[in-house]
Amino acid sequence: MPKKTLTFALMDAPYESANLTTAFRILDAAAKRGHDINVFAYEGAAALAFTRQSPHPNPVHGKNLAEENHPTTKDQVAALLAEAAKNGGKVDWVNCGMCVDERGVNEFVPGTRRGSPADFQAFLDASDNTLVIPTK
Amino acid sequence: MAKKSLNVVESAYRAVMEEQDDTILWLLAAMQGAGGAHTVVLRGNAVNYAIAGQGAPGLTIGEWKQTQAPRMDRDVADLIENRKIPVYVVEEDLAERGIASDELVSGVKLLSRRALPKLFAEYEIISHW
Repeated sequence: MPKKTLTFALMDAPYESANLTTAFRILDAAAKRGHDINVFAYEGAAALAFTRQSPHPNPVHGKNLAEENHPTTKDQVAALLAEAAKNGGKVDWVNCGMCVDERGVNEFVPGTRRGSPADFQAFLDASDNTLVIPTK
Repeated sequence: MAKKSLNVVESAYRAVMEEQDDTILWLLAAMQGAGGAHTVVLRGNAVNYAIAGQGAPGLTIGEWKQTQAPRMDRDVADLIENRKIPVYVVEEDLAERGIASDELVSGVKLLSRRALPKLFAEYEIISHW
C-alpha cells in the first residue's frame, strides 16, 4: 500500500473515555504501516502528551506500583512516535496551545509540539484523509 | 453510622482500558473501605460487567504493551466477596441484551424494574452514575 498522510483530531481527556483507546489502536495500525500521521490534540486531548503524568499503585486492586503498571497516555504517545519512525513514517502531533494553557499542561512528550487551529487546517488540506474522533 | 447508599451504575466501559477498572466501581470499593455502606445496581449497558469470563486484551502501541488490562467480572466479584457490597442486575436489561442469568458472576442478584422503587425506599442516598 502506498504511503498516505492521515490526520486525526482527538478531543477526549485522558482517563475519561474509551474513544482514546480506539484512537490509539487506529494510530498504532497506521504507524505499523508506515503512514505519515498528523494529530491535532484539541480540548481535553491536549493533556495526552503531558509529561508530568505518573503511574500510581492501586490499593483497591491490592497492587503496588510495579504490579499495577498503570498506563499513561504520555507513554502511549511516545510509543506511537517511535513505532512510526521505526516503520519509515512520521508523526506530527500538535497540542492545541490555548487548550494546554487553560489546563496547565504545557510540557509535552519530545517530538510533539504546541500549535493552533491553523495547524489543523493545514493538516486537513494536506492529508489523504481525516478522522475526527469527537468527545460526546 | 454511614448512610445507606444505593448506586445505580449505567455508564459502562467508558474508561476501563485507561484506568484498568471502572472508575465508579473503584470509587465505591474505596469508599466502602472508608466505612461506607454501599449497594450497586447495574443497569443498561453496565449489566455486561456481571458476565463471567470476560476480559480485554491489553492495548499495544508499537513496543509499548499494557499488562494489566481490566477484568470487569473480577471487579464485580471483588465487590461482592471482599467489599461486602451487594450487587444487583436489572433482569430486563439482561434479557434485552440476550444475556442469561447463568452467565453471571456468582453472587449477583437479579432485580426487576418493577422492584426498583421498593429498593429505593430502603436507602437514604441514591446516586445514578
